[in-house]
Amino acid sequence: MSTTEEKEQAVAENEQAKGGDEQAAEVAPVKPGTWRFLIPIAAFALGFMSHFSLGWVILPPILYAEKQQPIDFSHKLHVDEVGDCEGCHYFREDGSFSGIPELENCAECHEEAMGEDPEEAKLITEYIEPGKEIPWLIYARQPQCVFFSHAAHVKMGEMDCAICHGPIGDSDHVRPYQYNRLTKYSRDIWGWNIAGLSKNGWDYLKQADNSGEIKIEHAARMKMDDCAECHMEKRGTHDACFVCHK
Amino acid sequence: MKLDRRTFIELIVGFSAGAGGGFMATPVNWKLMDDMTIWSQELWPRYQLGGLKGSLPQQGKVTHADSVCNLCPGGCGITVRKVGDRATKIEGREGYPVNDGGICPLGAAGLQLLYGPWRIPSPLKRIGKRGSGNFEKISWDEAINEVVQKLGNLRQKGQSHTVACILGSDEGTVPRLFDRFLTAYGSPNFIRTASAEDTYELALGLMQGTTGSVGYDLERANFILSFGSGLIEGWGSPVRVIQAHSTWRSGDLKDRATVVQIEPRLSNTAAKADNWHPINPGTEAALALGLAHVIIKESLYNADFIGKHTFGFEDWSDSSGKTYMGFKRLVRTEYTPEAVAKITGLPAKKILTLARAFAKAKRPLAVWGRGKGTVSGSLYECMTVHALNALTGNINKPGGVSARPQVATRSWPEVERDATALSGSRRPRIDGAGSNRYPLTRYLPDRWSQVMNGGKAGAIQALLVHGADPYFTTLDSAAVAKAFDAIPFVVSFSTCLDETAYHADLILPNHHYLERWEDLPTPVGLQKPILGMLRPVVSPQFDTRHAGDVLMTIAKSMGGSVASAFPWDDYETLLKETMGDKWGSLEAAGYIVNEGYKPSAWSKAFGTPSGKFEFYITAFDQAGVKIGKDVGYLPHYEPVQPEGNPATYPLILIPTELMRLADGAVGNPPFCTKTLEETELKKNDLFVEVNPKTAADYGLSEGHHAMLETAKGKAKVLVHLFEGIMPGVIGIPKGLGHAAYDDYLAGKGVNANSLIGVVEDPVTGLSAAWGVRAKLTRV
Repeated sequence: MSTTEEKEQAVAENEQAKGGDEQAAEVAPVKPGTWRFLIPIAAFALGFMSHFSLGWVILPPILYAEKQQPIDFSHKLHVDEVGDCEGCHYFREDGSFSGIPELENCAECHEEAMGEDPEEAKLITEYIEPGKEIPWLIYARQPQCVFFSHAAHVKMGEMDCAICHGPIGDSDHVRPYQYNRLTKYSRDIWGWNIAGLSKNGWDYLKQADNSGEIKIEHAARMKMDDCAECHMEKRGTHDACFVCHK
Repeated sequence: MKLDRRTFIELIVGFSAGAGGGFMATPVNWKLMDDMTIWSQELWPRYQLGGLKGSLPQQGKVTHADSVCNLCPGGCGITVRKVGDRATKIEGREGYPVNDGGICPLGAAGLQLLYGPWRIPSPLKRIGKRGSGNFEKISWDEAINEVVQKLGNLRQKGQSHTVACILGSDEGTVPRLFDRFLTAYGSPNFIRTASAEDTYELALGLMQGTTGSVGYDLERANFILSFGSGLIEGWGSPVRVIQAHSTWRSGDLKDRATVVQIEPRLSNTAAKADNWHPINPGTEAALALGLAHVIIKESLYNADFIGKHTFGFEDWSDSSGKTYMGFKRLVRTEYTPEAVAKITGLPAKKILTLARAFAKAKRPLAVWGRGKGTVSGSLYECMTVHALNALTGNINKPGGVSARPQVATRSWPEVERDATALSGSRRPRIDGAGSNRYPLTRYLPDRWSQVMNGGKAGAIQALLVHGADPYFTTLDSAAVAKAFDAIPFVVSFSTCLDETAYHADLILPNHHYLERWEDLPTPVGLQKPILGMLRPVVSPQFDTRHAGDVLMTIAKSMGGSVASAFPWDDYETLLKETMGDKWGSLEAAGYIVNEGYKPSAWSKAFGTPSGKFEFYITAFDQAGVKIGKDVGYLPHYEPVQPEGNPATYPLILIPTELMRLADGAVGNPPFCTKTLEETELKKNDLFVEVNPKTAADYGLSEGHHAMLETAKGKAKVLVHLFEGIMPGVIGIPKGLGHAAYDDYLAGKGVNANSLIGVVEDPVTGLSAAWGVRAKLTRV
């Protein structure tokens, strides 16, 4: 469009607008332009608020998908029986960490039912009898690019399990396994608070429900920042990528 | 309020600015960026690679399983680290009598052969043109039926002798099963692929009257004179030799062993040796005799051994009174240092010094077998080198040479052959081994293709190949390809798609070596009896079957005496029965070794007609070998002329071998190919080594493309200037130039065997070629 045409069109629009004001003045004599400045401010506020809440409230849960563990396992019950974490999560002879116990560890006690819990019955009929490993979902599995050694932290660093994993030994139920839809990584290692805010080394929330059973909403926060923070604090290392990323 | 244009714009702009600001004030956008980074670097490549199921590190309990490696004749003990069900690393087995914890690059890369894309997933039948690589999956029953039918028909037509088997070894239960199958079926054509063992077996048989190949007590030798053997390039049992090499190299100067390398090229072995003597290629025998001359002239030889336990050293006369020339006179008259200097190009003074140092050393040892020992070589050359060991009395002694011993296992019942089997087995072999012309030789692996192409195209009607890749490793590739084309039915038992499998009609994939049981007799070059046991470390990854089982099923389906020759239920039963009372310790420890083994004393050691070590080979006449001239009965220098007209092909091309490049039946795994330098392989182009002087003559400089041409073929190569190779000589690495396998290997470089032809040894018929004449032109 040429400049002349633009001008012509602008003039035409002004005339049309004047005509419109004249008509409006006849119907409702409001002083034109006094509230106009509110329009962009309101629009801005609306946009801001909607997207602010979208980003803080609506999207975060959508980023994650949720799966239930195959069996509702009570850590508390087992800790009471076994005594400590190492009874089941032990170090092998070569120093590697056993992680989640294999089926044969379960079968040592649960070859036959010890109680009447339906979860135990499920363990026996669905896993022990057919000899199928339980497909536990591992909250704390680190990404492929991370080299993590339990021995270095627990044996040499003398760290308590709960420092990273939280007081998981107190729980009566397993919580759902949440994972990032894009990265497929567990929410535990990718940060519960997506803003990266946390009070403790681990963000841990436990609640007692009506029956008095302890329910863990979510546990540890094991994002890289947390590792780095602790490494900085305890060892004075920072920006030392190759400590974990070999 | 009226929604005019201005209001509309204000609303849109206000809302957008607010939305942007509001969203930026949340962590979601940063979080999404973070997630996208992870997704793009970790998950996207996985999608691109088709998911690669099972390719990610498994989590689980770490275990270690011991087995034995059979990727080369070295037979090292290995320990496989496993996480859960997945093998994750191969290491050398600590305390294993061959390699004690050491491992070579090929052995360490064995998992790529296990999990790599070139595995054959199930029996395959060729559907397209041969060599087009088009196969269809068929069931095991169909595959076995096909073999049974084809072989059954041939047998019915009285053509059982046209069936041949090519294997990489003739020791151990599986190769013996193939041999037994041919015996029961009615064919003499069991062929073992070429190696220096072929010639060494004959040399030892003739000079010492022993069977089997050679064993060296390398660890206890303190002067090692190597005639072109790539001691740290994969010769013998590679890890064992490298470890011995470390022993020689350790200790203070007074104690440590001396290593002398005779080779026209500065190989790694030469570079690490105390002395390197580049001599004209192919003149090694002359040098050995020149050294013998000095040793004899200066009476530096072991008079006790030579006097009491050898025959033909001095001149001698038979019962009729005819006098024959002894080794001493031959060497004294023909091989003076001056004469030898002319032949070899090594100054006479150096010959003198070397001979004295060798003979005066406490435990000198002369070793033979070019490069890795993958070619047969010249019989007389082998004999001259062995004669040096005899002169120093270095036979069956600590730090010396002896026949390679085996752990005894139970023998199998004799095969009851029917009329067809009997008449078939009596027919002459296709390769001419054992014929009047070559009565001593057992196998002529480089000759069968020449025979077929020389007018006997129908000589092989069916070929079974196991543990070997003759299509790739046999000299003169074009002749082999032509011969393969003439064979109507080729069956490969290969576990991966090697050249032979690629050109086969039917592939019956064997379990990978980490998936199966198999015995492994004393590895090449070992002087003590060792029996190793391959055992399944992981469960079979594909629909494969043990070659021993498949062969027995084929035999059983054929019925009659062929079936009854295999009374065992399956291969494992046979293996256990054959091992007898040794099975228990083999199963528990994975190997048996007799550390205290001592070879026989000199008085009982020699099974020759004279009962002594023979410099003059009386067995030639007994076997009916036509020698012609008197000197032919003694170790002497008989030049092996490289093929080609010197006028057309003024240069000499010699194959070179590298530790990091497998050139045998197993294709080079990607890990090893990655270690090749930019001066060895650049993308798909192979470098040849050329001396700067030679390069200047031809107007070539580093990195130039050149056409390398021999009488057998031509190939476009890149030039790498290397002062360590003699002027006029070109070095070409062996092991590349595959057309089969996969993208990681196919199409890379040139197969050296396609440029080098066979030069038959006049006595053995084996290939004595050490090189070929060539020309290099700039392109």
